[in-house]
Amino acid sequence: MRCAACLWLIEQVLRRAPGIIRADVNYTTRRAQLAWDPAQTRLAELIASIRAVGYDATPYDPQRQEALYRRERRVALWRLFVAGFGAMQVMMYAFPAYISRGELSGEAAQLMRWASLLITLPVVLFSCQPFFAGALGDLRSRRIGLDTPIALGLAGAFVASSWATFTGTAEVYFDSISMLAFLLLAARYAQLVATRRATAQLDRLLAWAPSAALAPGERVTIAPGERVPADGIVEQGISSADESLLTGEARAVPKHPGDALLAGSVNYEQPLTMRVTRAGADTQAAAIARLAERAASQRPPLVAAADRIARQLTVLVLATALGAALYWGDVWVAVAVLIATCPCALGLAAPIVLTRANAWLLARGALVTRSAAYETLARVTDVVLDKTGTLTSGRMTLARTVLLGTQSERAAITLARSLEAASRHPLSRAYGDGPTLAVQSQRHVAGEGIEATVGERRVRIGTERFCRELAGPPAPCHQSLDDCRVFLAAEQEWIAAFELRDALRPEAAAFIAALRARRLGVHLATGDRLEAGAAIARLLWIERYAGDMAPQDKCDYVARLQRAGRVVAMVGDGLNDTPVLARADVSFAMGAGADAAQLAADVVLPGNRLGAIIDALVGSRRAMQLVRGNFGWALAYNGAALALAAAAFIGPWEAALGMAASSIIVMLNASRTLGVQSPWKASTSSSRFPSYSYS
Amino acid sequence: MESLYLLVPLSVVLVFLSGWLFWRALESGQFDDLERPAHDIVADDDKPLKP
Repeated sequence: MRCAACLWLIEQVLRRAPGIIRADVNYTTRRAQLAWDPAQTRLAELIASIRAVGYDATPYDPQRQEALYRRERRVALWRLFVAGFGAMQVMMYAFPAYISRGELSGEAAQLMRWASLLITLPVVLFSCQPFFAGALGDLRSRRIGLDTPIALGLAGAFVASSWATFTGTAEVYFDSISMLAFLLLAARYAQLVATRRATAQLDRLLAWAPSAALAPGERVTIAPGERVPADGIVEQGISSADESLLTGEARAVPKHPGDALLAGSVNYEQPLTMRVTRAGADTQAAAIARLAERAASQRPPLVAAADRIARQLTVLVLATALGAALYWGDVWVAVAVLIATCPCALGLAAPIVLTRANAWLLARGALVTRSAAYETLARVTDVVLDKTGTLTSGRMTLARTVLLGTQSERAAITLARSLEAASRHPLSRAYGDGPTLAVQSQRHVAGEGIEATVGERRVRIGTERFCRELAGPPAPCHQSLDDCRVFLAAEQEWIAAFELRDALRPEAAAFIAALRARRLGVHLATGDRLEAGAAIARLLWIERYAGDMAPQDKCDYVARLQRAGRVVAMVGDGLNDTPVLARADVSFAMGAGADAAQLAADVVLPGNRLGAIIDALVGSRRAMQLVRGNFGWALAYNGAALALAAAAFIGPWEAALGMAASSIIVMLNASRTLGVQSPWKASTSSSRFPSYSYS
Repeated sequence: MESLYLLVPLSVVLVFLSGWLFWRALESGQFDDLERPAHDIVADDDKPLKP
């Protein structure tokens, strides 16, 4: 694949094939995602159809991909060297002809021409092969691609110069041909390296696969320095793990018995024994890899528009070249037009920036699942935050116990823990670890609480109303309890009220301050009581907040902002937020949240790091700025070059220089930094794990 | 001027010779990895060198 036009061709070929359901080809990662009906077609047939139009395809395999890349790089370097060395040498032979005005004897001049021809021959036949192969592929599929004008220009110049050498008449331009080939190949080589760099982070994630041999419930021991093969829970051992592959968090996370281990993280210090909870394709690492791959295989509307413009420009270039050749009666003007105005830079402008942005954000703990999200992310004016699980860690802890009966505090907590032990509700973990009592005939009442029989007594835990049915008179509790209240009651007896608190994430205050510093509107929309929301809002300096919101209220809130012309980013977690995440212009989901919310979200934060939201907002703005700069530059260059070349102002070699320079400038611009980062931090984060430890 | 008839063909031969040399270097993998070998000196590797 050489240009955006090739990609379009491959997609068209695939989509026209019978039995194909979906075909997405990504230019930067050079990967295609296909869905097909096995009854109607086979993978081999699809690959054969790609080969028929002049491209090669193999089923994806990271190791094979690596070998392919190595091969491709060697050949590209070799072509580049032949063209570069040839250009240097031919330039020397051309030099006497340029400076001597008739002083050079005819025989000596002829000798130089033959020497030039001999050296240009491998340049054209070997180095320029990709251009000819590309043009041939275009011809075979009866369309016009970016290689067509280049191949036409090169072939025309070479044939005309060879003819002049054989007959000993007219001018030769072997120097221009080999220099053009060298500059174009240099631009392509730079492109190869740039795309490779951009996909390296993704490759690291895709190259590692969780072990398929494990099943949930099995126990595994992980030696220090080993990768965790599946998601699980630590049963034995104390150590710390590096989860940077998944969360972008560079610090080691301490792991004690009961803590969750993520597949793909590296155990640092001591051997750990874990019980597998999710294995193979169910692990979070596999889910993240799938999302990342999906994002990489989608083409954002911006890139699709650029491709369309590039295709139309190519047709315009060919028409202009033909017109210029007829008008001036000079084939060299046509060659200059063909070469100077090839809209390669336009095709490069966006994909490299977006792929880099993907990798950059992934390394910072934000996984962009839809590549179209960048355009919206860059325009965000307001951020609506959920409270539970977003600003807070979502883990309830017991803040205070108010005894309402005669039982001791310890007994009350033990009773509560026993009742909640089997429940998977987030509140159930609040009572800590400890002994539990035997519980019978347990019954969950959604939104109310749990009832069970302990010993001989019926006991309820949950809302005040739920407990009142059992206990009888209203709770003898007059103290105002600030936060989440849970009551515990037995038949005809109140036992205790628990005040549970959801602690703020430590970085929440800095996060809100960073949002405000960027002049973004900050809103807090919580399903919790208004007072609880207000307390948090006061603490974090959030001016606009609303509480007691049902999922539909949150949707309406976002819709109201949108009607006022704001671009809203929603940050949420959990199943309740799914509708509002879909409603907002762009959505973030905390990685620990429910899977459904993650699928509806544009950006997933696997590390639950709020700072990653800032990175995503800043990085996408910067990325869009770079893309716009690239588009502007590429279009301006193409317009100017077309006019100048058609007016016969620039010759073939100037055209070649301009064309190669425009591609290289676009690529250099695309490799500029996406965020503010000190060089020190960059160097430590890259040298901490030498690349070979991942092989 | 006659020396041209010797030197120009000689230069052509030299170009192809240097091309061949570069090709050998390329095929032996000299340009495959331009970053890692520079870090190899820092890496703790107790394995004996390959003879």
